[in-house]
Amino acid sequence: MRKAKENAMSSTGLSRRTLLAAGAVSAAGAALTAAPQPAEARTYHGEMPWSPSAADAPVPVEPGPYEFFTPDEAAFIEAAVSRIIPKDDLGPGAKEAAVPTFLDRQMAGEYGRAERWYMLGPWRAGTKSQGYQSRLTPAQLYRAAIKAIDEHLKQANGKIFAQLSPDEQDKVLGDLDNDKIKLTNVSGKAFFELLLQNTIEGFFSDPIHGGNRDMAGWKLIGFPGARYDYRPYVDKHNQKLDLPPVSIQGRPGWNPKT
Amino acid sequence: MARKLPPKDVVLVGFGWTAAILGQELTDAGLQVLALERGGWRDTPTDFAPTFIQDELRYYFRRKLFAEPSRETLTFRNAMNETALPMRQLGSFLPATGVGGAGIHWNGQTWRFLPSDFLARSHNIQRYGKLPDDNMTVQDWGVTYDELEPHYDRFEYLCGISGKAGNLKGQKQPGGNPFEGARSRDYPNPPLNMTYAPTLFAKAAQELGHKPFPCPAANMSRPYTNPLGVQLGQCTYCGFCEKYACGNYSKASAQTTILPVLMRKDNFTLKTQCEVLKVLMDNTGKKATGVLYIDEQGEEWEQPAEIVILCAFAYNNVHLMLLSGIGKPYDPKADSGVVGRNYAYQIVSSVNLFYDDKYTNTFVGAGALGMGVDEFNGDNFDHGGLGFIGGGYLACWTTNGRPIETHPTPKGTPRWGGKWKKAVADNYLRQTSISTHGAVMSFRDNYLDLDPTYRDVYGNPMLRLTFDYKDNERKMSDYLTDKAAEIAKAMKPREMSVNKRTGPYSIVPYQTTHNTGGAAMGADPKTSAVNRYLQSWDVPNVFVMGSSVFPQNPGYNPTGTIGALTYWAADAIRNQYLKNPGPLVQA
Repeated sequence: MRKAKENAMSSTGLSRRTLLAAGAVSAAGAALTAAPQPAEARTYHGEMPWSPSAADAPVPVEPGPYEFFTPDEAAFIEAAVSRIIPKDDLGPGAKEAAVPTFLDRQMAGEYGRAERWYMLGPWRAGTKSQGYQSRLTPAQLYRAAIKAIDEHLKQANGKIFAQLSPDEQDKVLGDLDNDKIKLTNVSGKAFFELLLQNTIEGFFSDPIHGGNRDMAGWKLIGFPGARYDYRPYVDKHNQKLDLPPVSIQGRPGWNPKT
Repeated sequence: MARKLPPKDVVLVGFGWTAAILGQELTDAGLQVLALERGGWRDTPTDFAPTFIQDELRYYFRRKLFAEPSRETLTFRNAMNETALPMRQLGSFLPATGVGGAGIHWNGQTWRFLPSDFLARSHNIQRYGKLPDDNMTVQDWGVTYDELEPHYDRFEYLCGISGKAGNLKGQKQPGGNPFEGARSRDYPNPPLNMTYAPTLFAKAAQELGHKPFPCPAANMSRPYTNPLGVQLGQCTYCGFCEKYACGNYSKASAQTTILPVLMRKDNFTLKTQCEVLKVLMDNTGKKATGVLYIDEQGEEWEQPAEIVILCAFAYNNVHLMLLSGIGKPYDPKADSGVVGRNYAYQIVSSVNLFYDDKYTNTFVGAGALGMGVDEFNGDNFDHGGLGFIGGGYLACWTTNGRPIETHPTPKGTPRWGGKWKKAVADNYLRQTSISTHGAVMSFRDNYLDLDPTYRDVYGNPMLRLTFDYKDNERKMSDYLTDKAAEIAKAMKPREMSVNKRTGPYSIVPYQTTHNTGGAAMGADPKTSAVNRYLQSWDVPNVFVMGSSVFPQNPGYNPTGTIGALTYWAADAIRNQYLKNPGPLVQA
């Protein structure tokens, strides 16, 4: 079922030409998604185009086993996001909010494959203000960096990241953040920046994407979610509104249990 | 080998704001008009429905509505002695693809430039003796505020702008912007309802002697029917404007103001998934014969036309001119040529405020909902001894509380971990910010040309951007930020952090999609690519729209002026060019 939905989405969202341009039609890419249908050039004359039931609705992520991460990668990710946004007396952390599932589905999808990025050479190291110049897609960066970090740690003291104590894990993440760990063939700093950004995305994005389980991220801060109309609240100056969050798929009070 | 199609009177390259306006105006004049859009058709009920548009990840962080660098990007460097590298991901600015262009995902901040902005060179020289930097290529526009006023008015009434006049026919109006140029009538709609934080800003600004006013907004303060008979709905303050399209017909865009009328016209045709690769010229090089485009199936077509109008995103117009040989390419070393010259951008900074006792609830917001002050914009203040020209507005907006993007923490907070989590939770509902929105002047070595190395999907050289902020902009931005900090202090927050603009310009963090210049308009063909009617000096049946014609970028958001210039050019085409096709200004 999921595969069918993914294919439907890629046929509207991306053209084959785009994929070719990105060099993204690789063996790995082909294994994950069927060849998309080209969007055809169209002529509109004397009409306001509209088709009923043609809305470009999002495809919900279904919970379940990891699709991208190997067991070793999953152990790293679950441990790392637990330190980036920890569970504490304020409420669930990133792991409890299903951020690892979010990251997994992101890496397995178009984002992980960098389908929208320009990924042709020549490749050169640039200045900081020129931005990302690595030939690694997000999925490739995660895969290479997790492996390199665990190998680095194992060589140093015989343990991989997931086996370290929380304090030791914080130290490793801090060293990555401060670019103090030099890894083979991959930038630990670039990986940390992406992991941090993606973890925050998974904690605060709509649960439809697989993270922010039970809208835990939104409840933590008081964001009411995908609401459509705040007109009654504009004039309520300096009041704590306490609106329960709503996701694109509604909220528990609305949805009958199935 | 391209196949040749039957001719049209007018071909519009791209189908965003400017093309929609021109399509409407030129079909009204009886012309057969074809618009070629590289992206797809998209409209409110199918693509921006309120049942799913409030999705921060999908639309902003996964770039759903924007152009894809995999298909088209540019190369960038800060200075001429660096090697430009491709912008591999979007960041600093968000160009669009698809019907409606970037005009579907704007905030709706719809300003008029100041009368003196159009005379940036002569006015500043007259008042201060000389420009502060010999490398400045700041120019007059060749058109005046008074000439554009009726066209600003038309655009504001098309869009249903919500605001409060500050100057009606020369009479200052209390509560409006006292610095604005005279307007012939008030805004079509009253200001939006104000959220809490902007009222705190306005009170503090007033105490300091400034004159705060509600910022002009293309978000509807009430239901509105525009002069074309198209209806917009009242804004619901959902806080998803910029980077999103409006699901509620409450934000002006081509879709919500023009397309329901234009699309049904018999003398208008739109082709989507058709990308123009080149403007074709006759053997004199002085006349365009049409355009060459490629459709999604990879077929190439030649579309003959009497008039070709470039309506693509700002720098894409410049790219197309360089690839087509329209006008002489700019050479910064020889200081010759015009196409690519005078690229500019915007310079922004902010002050974050954190409260213990004030709930600001910024998720209740709209893209142009805020209070501003204009005391430090343009030449509204004496620049004597300051060492810079230009300025910008200061505003307290309540645009959104979208949490991936907006979760500010006080200075000194770690970037992750338990302390970060607590700081985000403590501050999210009780914070606001003041932003400064500053002008960027043009300089000899900030420019666009063709990259020597990188090529696009069609094998053409990519556009190369060479750009950095100069002392003028840095001094100006620091000055604005200090003024913003004064107001912030008077707003009595628990604490505040002042975020000055530092370091070189970076293509990485989002700043604004206000890329300007490269096909500057002006009175002199030696220093401008198009004349005062946005007509190419070299190829008079080619016109160039959008912010690509700005000779430098004033301290306001550009869309209001882009709309006014489009109506101004449409008027010149209808009432002058069609009667006597040829140059509208003699060089």
